[in-house]
Amino acid sequence: MAKGKVYFNEDICKGCELCTTSCPVNIVVMDKERINAKGYHPATVKEMDKCIGCANCATICPDSVITVEREK
Amino acid sequence: MAKMLMKGNEALGAAAIKAGCKFFFGYPITPQNEVPEYMSRELPNIEGGAFVQAESEVAAINMIYGAAGAGARCMTSSSSPGMALKQEGISYIAGAELPCVIVNISRGGPGLGGIQPSQADYFQSTRGGGNGDYRHLVYAPATIQEAVDLVMEAFDVADYYRNPVIVLGDGMIGQMMEPVEFKELKKRELPSKDWATTGTNEERKPNIINSLALDPAELEKHNQKLSRKYKEMEEKEVRHEDYKVEDAELVFVAYGTTARITRNVVDSLREEGIKAGMIRPITLWPFPMKAIQNVPASTKALLSVEMSEGQMIDDVKIAIEGRLPAYHYGRSGGMIPVPEDIIEKAKEILGGVK
Amino acid sequence: MAVVYEKTKGLTDKQTHYCPGCTHGIIHKLVGEVLVELGVLGKTVGVAPVGCSVLAYDYFNCDMHEAAHGRAPAVATGIKRVLPNHTVFTYQGDGDLASIGTAEIVHAAHRGEKFTTIFVNNAIYGMTGGQMAPTTLIGQKATTSPYGRDQATAGMPLKVSEMLATINGAAFVERVSVHDVPNIRKAKKAIKKAFQVQIDGLGFGIVEVLSTCPTNWGITPVDSLTWLKENMIPYFPLGNFRTPEEVK
Repeated sequence: MAKGKVYFNEDICKGCELCTTSCPVNIVVMDKERINAKGYHPATVKEMDKCIGCANCATICPDSVITVEREK
Repeated sequence: MAKMLMKGNEALGAAAIKAGCKFFFGYPITPQNEVPEYMSRELPNIEGGAFVQAESEVAAINMIYGAAGAGARCMTSSSSPGMALKQEGISYIAGAELPCVIVNISRGGPGLGGIQPSQADYFQSTRGGGNGDYRHLVYAPATIQEAVDLVMEAFDVADYYRNPVIVLGDGMIGQMMEPVEFKELKKRELPSKDWATTGTNEERKPNIINSLALDPAELEKHNQKLSRKYKEMEEKEVRHEDYKVEDAELVFVAYGTTARITRNVVDSLREEGIKAGMIRPITLWPFPMKAIQNVPASTKALLSVEMSEGQMIDDVKIAIEGRLPAYHYGRSGGMIPVPEDIIEKAKEILGGVK
Repeated sequence: MAVVYEKTKGLTDKQTHYCPGCTHGIIHKLVGEVLVELGVLGKTVGVAPVGCSVLAYDYFNCDMHEAAHGRAPAVATGIKRVLPNHTVFTYQGDGDLASIGTAEIVHAAHRGEKFTTIFVNNAIYGMTGGQMAPTTLIGQKATTSPYGRDQATAGMPLKVSEMLATINGAAFVERVSVHDVPNIRKAKKAIKKAFQVQIDGLGFGIVEVLSTCPTNWGITPVDSLTWLKENMIPYFPLGNFRTPEEVK
């Protein structure tokens, strides 16, 4: 299985949680411990080693918060 | 170029094409139909040119918004009720600062009114029926030759100011035939259309054609900029013809078809020994305020002759600032004033003004 | 590691003003991505509507016009006639396209104007505060249908794609949704085809995109995805209504 990595442009996240509905390995979560510049709990991934780089989270993100990398 | 006998509406179209107009968007309405008909015949033969019969006047003026924003010389024409429908678009075009020429071959109103010549769109044209603080030039030709000259110039003026220009002819101007020639225009230095939406080629920032400014400070700044532009038009673009005004006791103010009739009235009155003269506004906006203010000391009264129940008379009164009595004589609904009635009104006024 | 997803160059760096979870942002991205993938971004002119996406002119990274309410198809007609080899699109909501702008969209389709319309249907007026739209569902509450839309007084929700598909000049008509990732991918394919139809000079193309309005529906963004799926799709079925042979 391809291993992936996601990066969040955290400050522009509006905390809508759409990304959390789309992750096949259920690793995208809202970071309830932090608040970003907009005042939202931003989306984050805590268990990056499980990421498969499918880009579902980035595809559904309305605000282009997420960049995805995948092993070739 | 030799003179040609042309119907007003067709001459307007020919003048536009001579001035480099390649796009026309219009909707049928009497008495201007020969303009779109002419354009539908001629524009497809011009490389890159297009004629579109829109689904409504509303659509036609918005097609102009698109075409003008994309940098093209374009024109639409209509008649009074159709012009009413275009007002929304004209406001947007003025707000977004786009150049275009709009012809109104006006007819009687209000409402559906009639189809005979009228000058009842003076308020609509000079005050603007659209929302917001905006102005546009209004040319009022009195002959078909003048209509041709003004349409050709209107494209340059529109480009120069990035503003819509209205050519207001009454149904008479549109429907009658007169000899015309297409003269070379005196060239204006025109700014480049680097604001037009012709594609970024991914080499520059996007150009945006827009009239929205949600920040009130920004919108006020934009309004002030427009205001400076309108001020410049008031300083540079006022045009009028003075006819035997120098020693006149009664000065008529009349434009378009009515001015042709009034010119004869002036001559008839002079033959009777009554010193009459006429100021003929060629631009209705900006209105020739100074010409009215500078009537000679001999002038005892002003008489605005219009094919309306009294619209331009307001501007005459604004201009004269109460220093002289200003009267109105008008016929409306498509009725044309006859010289005898104007003469009678003139004599009545002079009898009353000591 | 190679980048497999990043923000498209088809959009500017400006952050959108859309409410959290509003799917306008997803649809913007799809259009931006398609324009880049087709290699036409630099010769594209877009037309923004009035409504929530009125500021779309700030978000698409191409030349833009901001049109009067409902008039975008007329504006696009003017642009396309002047620039026949450019790519022209309108981006319109349901109030703009399906109410005040019905004449303009019908006749642009009727003339077979060679531009592309992205029609965002979220069954409500968003910008003005949640009033009933022509596409509001029967029984759906809005600020001007406080008891729920009543067919007897407000009619049935307007099916724009079905209506436009009856018009000969509408070469490509498809309804898609963006409520989950598989559908977003399908939506992108449809948008790409619609632009391809334009580029190939085959006629007018429209993609109706079912979209959410969490704020005015009064539910969370995540619940909105489910609401769209369960309530909108049964009435506004997804699928292609017309495709020219050339791009099938």
